[in-house]
Amino acid sequence: MTWRDTLQKKLFRWHDDGDGTISLGRRRIFILPSAAGLLYALTLLVMLLAAINYRLALGHALTFFLAALGVVGMIHTFRNLYGLRLKPLSAAPVFVGEMAEFTLRVSNPTPEARPDLNFALAEQPIRTIAVDGLSEQKIQLTLPARQRGWLTLPRVRLRSRYPLGLFTAWSDLHPRLRCLVYPQPLPQPLPAHASGADSSGGNQPQGQAEFAGFRPRQASDPLRHVAWKASARGGPTAPLLIAQYHDGEENCWQFDWQDCPPEADHEQRLSILTGWVLVAAAQGWTYRLQLPGQRIPDGQGEAQRLRCLQALALYPA
Amino acid sequence: MKTPPIALDRAARYGLLAGALIACLPHGLHLPVSLNLLAALLLLAAFSQIHQDQAAPSRWLLLLLVGSCCALILFEFRTLFGRDAGVATLVLFMSLKLLEMRSARDGFVVITLGYFLLLTHYFYSQTLLTGLWLIGALWLLTACMIRLQSPRSTAITLLFRQAGRLGLQALPLMLLLYLLFPRVDGPLWGLPQDAHAGRTGLSDTLRMGHISQLVQSGDIAFRVRFDDPPPPRQQLYWRGPVLERFDGETWHPASGDDPPPRIEVLSPALRYESTLEAHGKRWLLALDAPGALPANSRLDGRMTVLAKDNLDQRQRWTFASHLDYRLNSIEMPHIRQRNQQLPPRGNPRSRALAVDWRQSEKSDQAFVDRVLRHFAEQPFYYTLQPPLLGADAIDDFLFDRRRGFCEHYAASFVFLMRAAGIPARIVGGYQGGELNPLDNYWVIRQSDAHAWSEVWLSDRGWVRVDPTAAVAPSRIEHGIVDALPTGEALPAIIQLRGDWARNLRHRWEALNNAWNQHVLGYDLAKQRRLLAQLGWPEADWRQLSALLAGLGGLVVLGLTLWALYQRPSGDPASRLWQQALRQLARRNVHLAPGETPNTFAHRVAQAHPDLAPRLNRVVDHYLQVRYGDLAQALPALRQAVAELARWSSR
Repeated sequence: MTWRDTLQKKLFRWHDDGDGTISLGRRRIFILPSAAGLLYALTLLVMLLAAINYRLALGHALTFFLAALGVVGMIHTFRNLYGLRLKPLSAAPVFVGEMAEFTLRVSNPTPEARPDLNFALAEQPIRTIAVDGLSEQKIQLTLPARQRGWLTLPRVRLRSRYPLGLFTAWSDLHPRLRCLVYPQPLPQPLPAHASGADSSGGNQPQGQAEFAGFRPRQASDPLRHVAWKASARGGPTAPLLIAQYHDGEENCWQFDWQDCPPEADHEQRLSILTGWVLVAAAQGWTYRLQLPGQRIPDGQGEAQRLRCLQALALYPA
Repeated sequence: MKTPPIALDRAARYGLLAGALIACLPHGLHLPVSLNLLAALLLLAAFSQIHQDQAAPSRWLLLLLVGSCCALILFEFRTLFGRDAGVATLVLFMSLKLLEMRSARDGFVVITLGYFLLLTHYFYSQTLLTGLWLIGALWLLTACMIRLQSPRSTAITLLFRQAGRLGLQALPLMLLLYLLFPRVDGPLWGLPQDAHAGRTGLSDTLRMGHISQLVQSGDIAFRVRFDDPPPPRQQLYWRGPVLERFDGETWHPASGDDPPPRIEVLSPALRYESTLEAHGKRWLLALDAPGALPANSRLDGRMTVLAKDNLDQRQRWTFASHLDYRLNSIEMPHIRQRNQQLPPRGNPRSRALAVDWRQSEKSDQAFVDRVLRHFAEQPFYYTLQPPLLGADAIDDFLFDRRRGFCEHYAASFVFLMRAAGIPARIVGGYQGGELNPLDNYWVIRQSDAHAWSEVWLSDRGWVRVDPTAAVAPSRIEHGIVDALPTGEALPAIIQLRGDWARNLRHRWEALNNAWNQHVLGYDLAKQRRLLAQLGWPEADWRQLSALLAGLGGLVVLGLTLWALYQRPSGDPASRLWQQALRQLARRNVHLAPGETPNTFAHRVAQAHPDLAPRLNRVVDHYLQVRYGDLAQALPALRQAVAELARWSSR
């Protein structure tokens, strides 16, 4: 943390706002002249000098009016943030490389509309919304997910220059909101000897497995699973097909840390496993996950997918 | 945290164009034609650029335009600095800026420039109309400013309403600043050469045919308010420069000063306050003969009151004059001699006539009367359009043409006096004036400019003789309009003869006078007077700043409290809801603390089934207003509450 952060932290009372509703009170809103405001002040100074020098009564009146207007504008800028309520809502999980999306609810308990509410988050483009009087609105703040694990929402700056643009009022918010980031899936052929509870199942026409139809080949399907004859019937441009077999209930895939290619490092292995889980989940297969020191038992469907992905996301580095 | 520049949309650019136009437009009245044309072309280009959504011209083209604008200004004004050239530069820069409006920042520059351009209009005019126009222009520019920070969909009426609201809220603070901001008596530094160009007023030389140009102007020269009962019109001689030197063509003031005049006062003082428009000279146009003088003024040797500096702005002066007086009954020989001098040659016929008449008359006074009689009895005409006079102008006028204006009569009269050896001189100034019955101010216009003469008679000193009165007595008694034959070219404003028209003009001028006296005339002196009235006679700028800071702080605090802690009572829906609750309270049904409208309605429905349908309607509409469409549900809510009220008061 640089000295500047330390200073800002002291000055602007940065703190964790928890997951409750944040209400913007007097102490949370700060206000300073904007660059435009400084230009305005400079212009007024020149105008005042001209009015004095040429002894222009109306020049005095105009300058004083504009000065008073600036002060009134400052009050209104402050008021544009004052009393707003913000509630952290949710953040849906994403994969590394995608944009994490944090949702907040902004509600305006007063009858006055609140235009020009700008949300700035790290280096992201600023999001601007307007909330009508006595109403509320959702705002999505996005952040690139660069690392698996929990991505907590960093400090958000809410600022406004409405109505005149001469002052910037801002408030630093730190609502507690986090987004689960799954490892980036890495396409890799499914493990060769994936096995069920009694080492059977999968795409291999093994034993009593019953033919269930074809599906287009995905990148993660090994070439040797391709049903070449069926694929050739579709012509040269048709996708390659994979024959699917309906396994018995006892058939289950096992995605094992050990099955990853030996040259893959720690994070790559997690990515490969993620890819496998996604394929299996897309196919509706039953699968289990075996990590060193951690095991997700057999399962299928959305619940199993989330369980496995979360385990992969949070697996110790 | 870097804010990317916000691009301007088309509607915002149209708004800025309109704001720039209204800020620039009145400058067209005094800018040279070529600059007006250029500015109009640039604005037109900006309009078509916005209309067709074209990109801003390239840097090179803009640079070229800036260069040609500067060249044109240099060509027209021979400089880039000074008042007029500076204004022209601003106007052209504004037009150029409109061509390259890309971001909100450019828009802000246009608005700031617009505010500044509003100020520059006051170099030329500070009338009431200018003030009204200022309000409109300010309103538009401020609405544009709000537009830059608002969502693009915001309705124009909403922008104007918001701008108006901000403006109204700014008024108390502005008033405080206007009244209490420590005033500095400018200028702070030297003004450019052309700072006070274009002032009209008396000239300090007289050539036949000069004043009549001034008389064509209906502009107000000064206004007077008498504290004592005003004297009759024919005694109102407002004294300006005294012309003593004659070179055969032009009359000039004598160079150097004379010892102070010795005035014997023969009547009580007449006190009055005079508000002079700027005329760029030093004379203050006091009534003859001035007694007590205001500060920063002095009496010169010829009884003209002079200010310390040139009058470059409207100023108020208080005088006390004595209409009956005797001036320098003993005059120094060199002054008498100076006022007897004539050029060695020229106007032989007039000289011969004067010598002839003086010999046949017993006294100087008799000679004066003889000349005046001559003017009255011979066919002399009073006209603003005198014929051109030859080389011996006075001979030509006295013997051949006999048509002329006050300056012709004054000049030829003084010539005759001098030719007869009587000291005489021309006095320039104004004569008469018109009472505005609405505010009791006397208005003296440029058209009241006049020239008369003074002769020195032993024992009586300098005596005023107005030969024009002999030719056209109504000029002195009723003013120039009555003295002139109809059809003479006079400004329309003073020619209005109908009662309603005169009344209208009086009203308008009284309004303008009030504006001048109270708004524009608020200066250092008036500020001191106001503070003295408030019981603070010796406030200096430090105390004034403290007072201003204190009161200003209070105003800002009040405004802040009002803005931040406004009760939601301003919200019509809650007002109606409270009203419904009051009605229910009369039936002994109360909203429990923490109860929502829905649970309340549910509870009441069980306890008072008769009440249920009406209350439910109120609750439904209330929630609809709160969480749905306000505009549609509000009338329904109003109706439901009214029904409930009717029922419960049964």
